[in-house]
Amino acid sequence: MKTVNQKHQSVDGKGIMLGRPAYTDDLADPSSLIIKVLRSPHAFARIKSIDTKKAEKLPGVELVLTHHDVPRVSFTRAGQGYPEPSPHDKFVLDEYVRYVGDEVAVVAAIDESVAEAALDLIDVDYEVIDPVLDFEEAIDHQSVVHPEEGIHEMFPIGFEPKRNIAASYAMDFGDLDNAFKASDVVVEETFHTQAQAHVMMEPHAVNARLDFQDRLLIISATQTPFHVRRILSQTLDIPIEKIRVIKPRVGGGFGGKQALHGEMFAALVTMKTGKPSKLVYTRQEVFESTYTRHPMTLKVKLGATKDGRLNVIDWHVLSNTGAYGEHALTVFMVAGSKVMPLYNKVDAGRFHGEVVYTNTTPAGAYRGYGAIQGNFALESAIDMLCVKLGMDPIAFRQKNMMREGETSPIFEIMGEGTAGTAMTMETCKLDYCLTRGLELIDWNNKYPRTTTEDGKIRSVGMALAMQGSGIPYIDMGAATIKLNDAGFYNLTVGATEIGQGSDTVLSQIAAEALGVPLNKVIVYSSDTDLTPFDTGAYASSTTYVSGNAVYKAAMKMREMLLDEAAVVFGVEGDDIDFDGATFKNKADGKTISLEQLANRITYNEDQKQLTATSSYVGTKSPPPFMAGFIDIAVDKDTGEIDILDYVSVVDCGVPINPKLAQGQVEGGIVQGLGMACFEEVKRGKNGALISHDLLNYKIPTNVDIKKLTTEFAESHEASGPFGAKSVGEIGIDTPPAALANALYNALGIRLTSLPFTAEKIIRALHDKEGEKTT
Amino acid sequence: MKVNLTINKRPRTIDAEPGDYLLDTLRRHNFLSVKRGCDAASCGVCTVLIDGKPTLSCSVLTARLENKEITTVEGERDEIEKFYAHFGDEGADQCGFCNPGLALTVISLKRTIQNPSDDDIREYIVANLCRCSGYVAQVRAIRRYLEETS
Repeated sequence: MKTVNQKHQSVDGKGIMLGRPAYTDDLADPSSLIIKVLRSPHAFARIKSIDTKKAEKLPGVELVLTHHDVPRVSFTRAGQGYPEPSPHDKFVLDEYVRYVGDEVAVVAAIDESVAEAALDLIDVDYEVIDPVLDFEEAIDHQSVVHPEEGIHEMFPIGFEPKRNIAASYAMDFGDLDNAFKASDVVVEETFHTQAQAHVMMEPHAVNARLDFQDRLLIISATQTPFHVRRILSQTLDIPIEKIRVIKPRVGGGFGGKQALHGEMFAALVTMKTGKPSKLVYTRQEVFESTYTRHPMTLKVKLGATKDGRLNVIDWHVLSNTGAYGEHALTVFMVAGSKVMPLYNKVDAGRFHGEVVYTNTTPAGAYRGYGAIQGNFALESAIDMLCVKLGMDPIAFRQKNMMREGETSPIFEIMGEGTAGTAMTMETCKLDYCLTRGLELIDWNNKYPRTTTEDGKIRSVGMALAMQGSGIPYIDMGAATIKLNDAGFYNLTVGATEIGQGSDTVLSQIAAEALGVPLNKVIVYSSDTDLTPFDTGAYASSTTYVSGNAVYKAAMKMREMLLDEAAVVFGVEGDDIDFDGATFKNKADGKTISLEQLANRITYNEDQKQLTATSSYVGTKSPPPFMAGFIDIAVDKDTGEIDILDYVSVVDCGVPINPKLAQGQVEGGIVQGLGMACFEEVKRGKNGALISHDLLNYKIPTNVDIKKLTTEFAESHEASGPFGAKSVGEIGIDTPPAALANALYNALGIRLTSLPFTAEKIIRALHDKEGEKTT
Repeated sequence: MKVNLTINKRPRTIDAEPGDYLLDTLRRHNFLSVKRGCDAASCGVCTVLIDGKPTLSCSVLTARLENKEITTVEGERDEIEKFYAHFGDEGADQCGFCNPGLALTVISLKRTIQNPSDDDIREYIVANLCRCSGYVAQVRAIRRYLEETS
């Protein structure tokens, strides 16, 4: 292959580093009204009255909006398939505020200082309600987070708002009781995962204007431009054809921009005033008032026979969706559906639980959603089971894990919000990933522990992981390829570049299929007026789903070109060889170049415009797999962990762009290490965030990460474009479990509550010493 | 008030309120490479060079920059292109929002420290947060850039 699986710089990186305007706020109208949001100081309250008169009179204030001024239409901010598997439980503004940071009122003014001054002039009389802050106490709590009328589920998801349940789910297969009875060893443990913040470098941003056709133009840092258009239209009762959403360059998303977070306000302000407006979140607003990862409590029970055969996986999961139920059910289900199939030889399994409302920052989509929580619990429990069995954890995994050509009943039972899709693993190089990873980390010389020269305990730990590649029969991507005179192409895609490199990867797929160098494909993405549809950047779908659409469009374009060349030569298309640059008549060897043909049909003869549009919806979701290994040195006296290396061996099919794929894996690993080691959204007793800035919420920095070793397994997924599967999320899944297992191997302590701070390590060591002495 | 300063080698007289921060001043004057990532001088995204030294433009008052030389990536095109040749090869760019600030810090590193070790590099760029890359590709790219251009 000439372009795919070759080294290519991203198509946009240089221009961005040179500072060319590219991001949402770079493209705002300089005369935009500045939007600021008055946010709730209470975790739960009803607005008894709100007086905006003083604010409205402040010179420079154009508009103040409260819940009295906006349509009362319930919706979900989650950008997902439609109808959404998330409850419609949100109003643009509401008489209830459900977390510290929830929206109370919106101000638009000529500049930031006037807008901020106006916020201070709004008088709100709150009736404070006892908040639900502990999600383990949420079900049937005396306070009901959503007592209001007019909210509903779009289809059955177990929505019981009066009980503070946003969604619930249960599935089982096989005979659980018998499977446990047949087990010689049973392990049961409860795991806790924390809220993690996305901390994409670009804060959420949106701006709006009315264009010369009097249509509403929204420029938004979103992962889901087409969902934004639909949800704005449905909620604000604006005809959808009057709305254009442009997603410019986005400075990172990680799921945090897979929802509407300001678009409603910018649309309303511009529609009501007729003036351009913009809203750029402060970093505090990003922390406080967008999304976190869903915190979960996972109770896992495993049973195995003494020869090391895993018989049964049984778990109950409680998930905290915070104040609103965005992605509540889907994240929850992924904790089972993208984890349990790793061990596909079990006789029985059960996965059930609830997703509850609390008065905390809403949880939403976040890279690896559900999978990282489930992976931490199951891959920790597997190592615990091995201890009890007296069996090597590697040998146990080799005996029980998924292999190529196999399947799992989970695929058919569990989808995202609905039933799933049966599939067999056409590619699963987990065995290679495991074996190669053991070599790279030098497992045999390091497991379970050694001592370093400076007296630290050095150890290794590992975990396996899988993800998906889009959601079958739901996620659709489309692409259009247009031939230009002189023989270069435009590629327009709905797919959403958010920094992961999708514009580059999709261009590479097109260039490979068309047989041209990458610079002959000019890509433009995510503009609801100009590009075809795509569900958006989520569910690890872009390379596989959108990439297949690009591939199909390119092949269609090739057919069209052959038809045109056939006219030139007076033969059939089959009688022509075409290498992407030159058409050759097989019979007489005569040739015409693509450039000549393009000029001919543009200017001279048989004039026409060639465009090829194709779309793709998956009929399965081939999982990428990986084995992750961590090498650490722990200081027993301080509990501090040095991460010496993290080895990832990944089966993502053929990496379309190996360097960008490596970046996806390594970025995911480091984000996962942050969650494993120290990242945690913290709030005070009143529900207000303590970790509301980058001083109080730490993410890994350059000095925390000394070495990452990343390799790809040789793998070719026949259903993917040029053999590719997804790679965007898989990297984040293994670090929590790998680190938990390494800490056990190092110190004999089993940590079950993330993150593994030095304090927790020291406390666990003290507890262990205490056990010894009593 | 009027402030006389130099931006990317061009002397300018800029109108600034006493409370204006350099970040806002620069963006208002269309130096859009300078990004805002936080409000507490803790992300590094808004880094510019003031008299050659990496500085967070979100926490410097424009009014205090009389006679100072400000440099953004718009003023370092040649050097940025040389750096990007390696950065892009390593696939270290990703979302790009932190890249202009990082690039300026790296240019300053090149002009400040001779033959830095990998630890020196990490220490120098530690304040330039990145959530996408996992950092190691950045360090590889910086090392190659320094080796091939110093």
